[in-house]
Amino acid sequence: MQINKAEISETILCGLKEYVNTKKSIEPKNLWRLLIKDKSGLIGLILFLIFVFAAIFAPILSPHDPLEQNLHVSRQPPVWSEGGNIEHILGTDSLGRDILSRILYGSRVSVLVGFLGVSLAFSLGMTIGLIAGYKGGIIDDVIMTLTNMVMALPYLVFVIFVAAVLGRSLINVILIFGFTNIPIFVRVTRGEVLRIREAGYIEAAKSIGQKTPAIIMRHIMPNLLGPLITLATFEMSAMILYEAGLGFLGLSVPPYVPSWGNMLSEGRQHLRHYPWMSIYPGLAIVLSGFGMNLLGDWLRDVLDPRMRRSKK
Amino acid sequence: MAYFIIMRLTYALALLLAVLFTVFALLHMTGDPASLMLSRNASPEDIEALREELGFNRNLLVQFGDFLYNAANGDFGNSFRYRQPAMQLVLQRLPATVELASAALILAVIIGVGIGVLGGTNPNTFIDALARGIGLLGQTIPSFWMGIVLVFVFSFTLGWFPSFGRETFAVLGLTLPNSSIVLPAFTLSLFGMGQLARFTRAAVLEVMGEEHVTTANSKGLKKIRIYTRYIFKNAAIPLVSIIGVQFSYLLSGSIYIETIFSWPGVGGLLAEAVSVRDFFLVQSIAFFTSIAVINLHLLSDIIYMLVDPRIRYR
Repeated sequence: MQINKAEISETILCGLKEYVNTKKSIEPKNLWRLLIKDKSGLIGLILFLIFVFAAIFAPILSPHDPLEQNLHVSRQPPVWSEGGNIEHILGTDSLGRDILSRILYGSRVSVLVGFLGVSLAFSLGMTIGLIAGYKGGIIDDVIMTLTNMVMALPYLVFVIFVAAVLGRSLINVILIFGFTNIPIFVRVTRGEVLRIREAGYIEAAKSIGQKTPAIIMRHIMPNLLGPLITLATFEMSAMILYEAGLGFLGLSVPPYVPSWGNMLSEGRQHLRHYPWMSIYPGLAIVLSGFGMNLLGDWLRDVLDPRMRRSKK
Repeated sequence: MAYFIIMRLTYALALLLAVLFTVFALLHMTGDPASLMLSRNASPEDIEALREELGFNRNLLVQFGDFLYNAANGDFGNSFRYRQPAMQLVLQRLPATVELASAALILAVIIGVGIGVLGGTNPNTFIDALARGIGLLGQTIPSFWMGIVLVFVFSFTLGWFPSFGRETFAVLGLTLPNSSIVLPAFTLSLFGMGQLARFTRAAVLEVMGEEHVTTANSKGLKKIRIYTRYIFKNAAIPLVSIIGVQFSYLLSGSIYIETIFSWPGVGGLLAEAVSVRDFFLVQSIAFFTSIAVINLHLLSDIIYMLVDPRIRYR
């Protein structure tokens, strides 16, 4: 009896140490210093913030109404080209709409799809992954078989098929990307839960009689957030790319809505003589995707203490 | 090993059934397929007539049974647009896609692995930074935009390559594409090139840090021998599975690329079928590409097992 107690307290002590060690990793002051040190992370964050800023303040930033058609000024080149006009900095499209304003408003579609799509996939995927990883057994087998099946399908073909069946609307696009990205979140969550479940501090929490919900909320969830936030950054960038791709094929938001994919799809038809109609919306897609990838790489290094230690 | 292959085959079969069910369910349970297939301003009588003609007014279970039976016989309905069996159309367009994807894969492997090896063997140099940069750019620049930019630069401005279509010439009884394949294949290869460059770099770096390489170095073996016998051989193993998966990315990517370059393949056919609401055709393509991808994964798993003894003997 006596030995058992000693063993238990030993376990608790080890667990506590481990727990405190993982807790130390994320502190705002540390985070800022790390960010300044890592240039690519800083660039990523700046690009990402510009992107979100543009989406939120599009009505204030835009020089024109993105839907306003004016055939008198149609097909104007950007301001630095011959025949350009300061009124339309990035030029106009074939209906005389201001390209810069449309790009700014277009970022709203991308941010909405990326943010809401990821939120949906994140919340459902994490819940399912937690159940699979913590419960184990037959539930785990069933969930993982289904997950692997969905992940084995040719993603884009299925997204196109579903988008074509459901029709063009913002809410459909968000639902499609949200639901089709659940499996990846399930897989990552489950993997992490399996790893965390074996840690000393979980055993310690169990041995002092903590209930399962408390263990999950207090000890497992906080440790899941790092890898999942990193994944969310990459997935958001992927969703924005796929949304633009669907728009390019004429399957995303309705044609009158300014979105980067729609602009690319329209602009492509005038590529030979009016390249700016497709080049600049594409550049917006590239820069936002590039920013989120750099940010994701940096987050992965910072939020995962194991990676940081090996870096030092 | 036989057990492993049988398990993998069973799994592939189950996956196939799941695909069939998903395709059926999506088309039949999200609404009325007849109204989906006609344009939005079709009259109710037209929709009713089509529903009658295609048997959509029958019991759903009967329809699923029918669908399974027909699918097993390779019959996925007729394309509205072409008035031909849909699967036949897919198979007709397949060679062009395989040709494009193969060309892209070869480019991606040669350039991607090359850059990765150069970067990995010269860590933290200018070459390495270049390799990492190309890796990141290849993966973040969407191919549908890159294609547009390349067409503008190399076709419209410089006039080096044609901007669309597939032209061929005959040599030794073979029909080969001419320079018209260069731009689409290069654009399609960029994503895989970036991924391969990143993976190769990481794999080479990892193997270089291992003890048997240190031993080889301290024995005074020639550099070239260490690279070929000790490093590349081991770094190549994980690449095998990545290249297998690459091919399925290429199939997806071909949807954009074939649309931009009017390449007469399956990807372009899908984009076109979607835009004219030719749903039997869309369904055939979804099913066909799923089979292709499932088989490719199966194949790459088996090759992986043959290459890596650790998996074979488990």
